Amino acid sequence: MTATGIGAPVRRKEDQRFITGKGRYVDDFNRPGQAHACFLRSPHAHAAIRGIDAGAARAMPGVLAVLTGEDLAADKVGGLICGWMIHSKDGTPMKAGAHPALAQGKVRYVGDHVAVVVAETLSQAKDAAEAIAVAYDLLPAVVETARAAGAGTVIHDVAPDNTVFNWHLGNQADVEAAFARAAHVTAIDLVNNRLVPNAIEPRAAIGDYDEAEEQFTLYTTSQNPHVARLVLSAFIGIAPENKLRVVAPDVGGGFGSKIFIYAEETVCVWAARKVGRPVKWTSDRTEAFLCDAHGRDHVTHAEMALDESGRILALKVHTIANLGAYLSTFASSVPTYLYAPLLSGQYNIPAIYCEVDGVYTNTAPVDAYRGAGRPEATFVIERLAEVAARQLGQDPARFRRRNYVKAFPHQTPVIMMYDGGDYAASLDKALEIADHKGFPRRRRESARNGKLRGLGFSSYIEACGIAPSQAVGSLGAGVGLWESAEVRVNPTGSIEVLTGSHSHGQGHETTFAQLVSDRLGVPIESVSIVHGDTDKVQFGMGTYGSRSGAVGMSAIAKALDKVVAKGRKVAAYALEAGEGDIEFKDGRFSVAGTDRSLAFGEVALQAYIAHKFTGAELEPGLKEGAFYDPTNFTFPAGVHICELEVDPDTGHVTIERFTAVDDFGNIINPMIVEGQVHGGIAQGVGQALFEGAVYDSDGQLVTASFMDYRMPRAEDLPSFEVGMTVTPCPSNPLGIKGCGEAGAIAAPAAVMNALTDALGHENIAMPATPLAVWRAAQASPHLQPAAAE
Amino acid sequence: MSSVSLTVNGKAVTADIDPRTLLVQYLRDSLRLTGTHVGCDTSQCGACVVHLDGQAVKACTVLTVQCEGREVTTIEGLASGGALHPMQAAFREHHGLQCGYCTPGMIMTAVDLVRRKGHALDEHTIRHELEGNICRCTGYHNIVKAIGAGAAAMAGGPQQAAAE
Repeated sequence: MTATGIGAPVRRKEDQRFITGKGRYVDDFNRPGQAHACFLRSPHAHAAIRGIDAGAARAMPGVLAVLTGEDLAADKVGGLICGWMIHSKDGTPMKAGAHPALAQGKVRYVGDHVAVVVAETLSQAKDAAEAIAVAYDLLPAVVETARAAGAGTVIHDVAPDNTVFNWHLGNQADVEAAFARAAHVTAIDLVNNRLVPNAIEPRAAIGDYDEAEEQFTLYTTSQNPHVARLVLSAFIGIAPENKLRVVAPDVGGGFGSKIFIYAEETVCVWAARKVGRPVKWTSDRTEAFLCDAHGRDHVTHAEMALDESGRILALKVHTIANLGAYLSTFASSVPTYLYAPLLSGQYNIPAIYCEVDGVYTNTAPVDAYRGAGRPEATFVIERLAEVAARQLGQDPARFRRRNYVKAFPHQTPVIMMYDGGDYAASLDKALEIADHKGFPRRRRESARNGKLRGLGFSSYIEACGIAPSQAVGSLGAGVGLWESAEVRVNPTGSIEVLTGSHSHGQGHETTFAQLVSDRLGVPIESVSIVHGDTDKVQFGMGTYGSRSGAVGMSAIAKALDKVVAKGRKVAAYALEAGEGDIEFKDGRFSVAGTDRSLAFGEVALQAYIAHKFTGAELEPGLKEGAFYDPTNFTFPAGVHICELEVDPDTGHVTIERFTAVDDFGNIINPMIVEGQVHGGIAQGVGQALFEGAVYDSDGQLVTASFMDYRMPRAEDLPSFEVGMTVTPCPSNPLGIKGCGEAGAIAAPAAVMNALTDALGHENIAMPATPLAVWRAAQASPHLQPAAAE
Repeated sequence: MSSVSLTVNGKAVTADIDPRTLLVQYLRDSLRLTGTHVGCDTSQCGACVVHLDGQAVKACTVLTVQCEGREVTTIEGLASGGALHPMQAAFREHHGLQCGYCTPGMIMTAVDLVRRKGHALDEHTIRHELEGNICRCTGYHNIVKAIGAGAAAMAGGPQQAAAE
């Protein structure tokens, strides 16, 4: 391992600009002649629009335009789309209601987009938006996930009972047979609470139109600018793909919420041409709470069948998934194919059957949020595993170990073919780091202090690098999920790598450069990573689902192989040797068995000056591209252990230690990987103890600011104890599995298993706020006065 | 419009502004100092923290006209003569940032914390003092490490830091 190669904790190249205030986020950009957009949003969860009177608003100072859904329709701008087709059990396609970027006839959630004002200044746009008079006929709001189906009020005419799909996966007959012979059944009811992603950078967009070139440009906070361009062109129909440039510069966190193609970005591009000025919109935090796609929101009943020894025989799960008022870009895939195929967890479960009802409600659209389906699946299987072990009187670690998949490849009953791993190794290491042996002593010590201490496991698995394209296509995906890369070697030997992955905190400018430095033996300083601009990068699928390492870097590796192969040919001519005699090692091309060699940069120069070969013999230049389509998902897995203490007098929970041992396969930069784990754990702990989006019965979001929605803060968390085990991924050339979501997937179950262990009963839901914990503690058997002896 | 004169990162500036202009708007929109960020509208997230006469303030909660005759330092003014401030260097060294959006506010808060609490900061103190700054990426783990190390480095001055 070199100081800047694969496996080295290289300090990040991108940090210099961020720590000096020189980062360039969308809101930092301004275009000449730029105007500002303010969206008038629905104050009602569900209402018919009888009329919009914008006369007064249009007459206000600085106002350039007030545009509504009628204008969109007149310009034949298409609606927003959901790009993953799900079919119900009966074979019918999901019921996707129209999703116009500005409401047409009806509003369906608080924050829905009614009109946009474009004005000289933001203040003028805001003032004018307040002067628009909208006549609404109010309709009852459908809010509760579990009561949406058949609520009596119809949100979309295409879905008369508010059901988007009734989907299922697995073999019901096998499962019923297993339950019939089970010695024990563990049943559990779970709510996976609705979360708001809350990247600290709010979304922003600038639409720009160059009349001379008939060229549109969109600057946007996107995790996947090419996908945004494709959707805006092919489906929404705003501009031809070759006339639309999408730029996603520095992006301040995404966590899934910046994957999607939203109304505001769409409207900014369209309005820029209409008003003949660049149009800028920056979300404020309230708008982010109201309109960024939310995450999770499942109501689940799950049962596990076990034999007498505690072996899992089967699993059956029924989930109602709230998809909100409209289907967001990938909404339908999250509670279906990103969820049910993970229900096997790390366990050998012969039979699984899962039914999922996707429902509309008058709430913000729900889509992928860090983990996307996999945290929900992990919460189901890991809560069940813990409760089953407790009911059987077995040690939860031993119960898990007994049921682990131990031989690979392993075909689960729910699509997935696990390609490799060593689950027991992670468990052993986690038990050691967490000082599991010392827990009883610590628990007694807590009890002496009047506190309740608990320990909980989460033995999670995730599926990352969602692909191959052919497979996801057969499951309903509207796109391929490969990645592309182009390696441009300059005559001086410096290198630009153009990647379709997008970095919004993950440190690609460093890790991708490490790969290049390692493979080509060049200094990391001479490698630049270019991403986030459709005019520079030919195409790419973007960054989500922990795919940038396993898929994005594999594409780069493939292109690098081609560069080396071409370099061999160039070196052969330059060194007057046979190509088969050229070796490439440590950045030098050499003739085997001789001292004749050229440095990588010298070969690059030879490739460009082309003095040693003719055009008939070899093309000049050194630039190679690659598309990489994986052969399988990757399967990161690990064991997280949470140990916490409850103060039964206040309901306050202190996380005393949090141990994470993960197997991410090969690691490029351990410093960055650990950072990803830390951040994921914090979000998972946030879900378990603090965060929850709450709508009242009228559909008003009552947690629409950081005052009301409880984000995890520094004092809520301990320093984490992170360890790694490594089984290289057999399904990609770098052996990488992906690390971005592990913490958010594993942590909620670990925390809730620890909390219920501390309380001595299972009767508490996420978020376990101090009030909820205090109430639950009052019922704790550990605190009841001993029965009369 | 109101006239206001203040010093920003050592330079005297005078502006005619709408009296309701927040300091963060003035810094970002008029002076193009876009390192100071806006992450919320309720003074909760701390992405906009700058120093006003040496003390940390949330620039979203200060009117520019309140800064008449006062000195403002932003993240762009923290490094001197091309050398990073020790707290900036510590954030890089300890991977105290990911997306970078909360980072300027975190660093400005951290420097103020050292001014108020000294150079030997324990984890509990750092975590408690970060109650006004939200990070969604790092889980705070490495921010806490970075601040502890940065605080110590600030005691040493550039020479000692270089010798370590």
